[in-house]
Amino acid sequence: MIELEIGHAFADLAIDIRFRANSRWLALFGDSGAGKTTALNAIAGLLEPERGRIALDGQILFDRCAGISISAGARDVGYVFQDGRLFPHLDVRANLMYGARARKRSTADMMSLVDLLDLGALLERMPLSLSGGERQRVAIGRALLSQPRILLLDEPLIGLHREARMQVLDYLSRLKQEIDIATLLVSHQPEEAAALADEVILLDAGQVSAQLDVATFAARQKISVPASQAG
Amino acid sequence: MSTLTSAEWQALLLSLQVGFLSVLASLPLAIGLAWLLSRKRFPGRMLVEALMFLPLTLPPVVTGYALLVLFGRNGWIGQWLDPLGIVFAFRWTGAVLAACVMGFPLLVISIRVAFDQVDQRLERAAETLGASAWRRFFTIVLPLSSRGIIAGCVLAFARAFGEFGATITFVSSIPGETRTLSIAIYELMNLPGGEAGVARLTWVAFAIALAATLIAAGLGGSLWGRRRHD
Repeated sequence: MIELEIGHAFADLAIDIRFRANSRWLALFGDSGAGKTTALNAIAGLLEPERGRIALDGQILFDRCAGISISAGARDVGYVFQDGRLFPHLDVRANLMYGARARKRSTADMMSLVDLLDLGALLERMPLSLSGGERQRVAIGRALLSQPRILLLDEPLIGLHREARMQVLDYLSRLKQEIDIATLLVSHQPEEAAALADEVILLDAGQVSAQLDVATFAARQKISVPASQAG
Repeated sequence: MSTLTSAEWQALLLSLQVGFLSVLASLPLAIGLAWLLSRKRFPGRMLVEALMFLPLTLPPVVTGYALLVLFGRNGWIGQWLDPLGIVFAFRWTGAVLAACVMGFPLLVISIRVAFDQVDQRLERAAETLGASAWRRFFTIVLPLSSRGIIAGCVLAFARAFGEFGATITFVSSIPGETRTLSIAIYELMNLPGGEAGVARLTWVAFAIALAATLIAAGLGGSLWGRRRHD
């Protein structure tokens, strides 16, 4: 279960996000600038909110009042960034193993994950030679191999062309079926959220505007989602 | 061009030795300071930068005199080092120290630019993967800035190799001990019939300096361009 109550003021946006969710795959959905990535960064420990509290499965990761702030490295999260952020000087294999080695985790599962994400043919390649979709698959694999408690996906399909987007979406669906891990997906594409999430939290201008099960979310989006977001 | 005399060889080898050792000795401190200047904001940062740049702006003779005041056998620091057997004044070790001081700003600037060019978002990605600050530094920052670091080392070596003013003021010109290539050239110029030796050593100095600059430029690429990622 994830509990989040954070407040933070940026120059152009003040966010006040509060939610509590138990779903295995949760989506944060909203327009650009709604505060989705801010919430993700706060959970990952990359942003320290001005106020609030964050707890994961009962463990407090951050509590401003109590003076608790676990460092990003000790939060056991797997973060897949929008741009993958693969280490350009390391090949795919070394990128995949980076988190596992840093956290001194077992690497026995590497090959099954490599199979699941079809990364076998890419292991010796350098990140710069990969396509956008391949990069994201490696980034997902790298995050999972560090064996996190929660997987954070920050718009993992953004910037990919349609074919690559469908491909990565398919891999994420397979991941959901085969790996039991809590996942928080940030998206501004209703199809992505509807395809992957069990529950959707709608963010608007830095606040939670609704918390819906995926069926209700899909039904609502069929009516209200603008064409520019449905692309 | 005839071959170098044994005294000229001695001066050349001493300059190479001083160049290599000064870079080697100042590299850890330069890397640490460059990282601090690139990544941290701290009180007194501007003062540290100004002090670091001083050897570039001060007349080298003044730097040499300051080294004498500090590290002479009766100097502020030298008097404490002398009983421990650590002597700089009028020794080849002093030539290395002078070269360290004179090359240090170039080394720090080059390494700092290289650190600035490392995408800090990669460090944050490594942090979320559980990498400690040291691990991030050694596995992300250092490898990605290695070309700039090597380019800085080459530039600092070239600077140390050609050092003259601070060296002659601090350690004088003792054949086989402190008479480096630059000092040897200067002394040959003042010696009747020394023109041939001056020419030989000048060509050697020219070749080494040009090679070092080309290597630094090749490795550094857009060495002086800065790009910062947040």
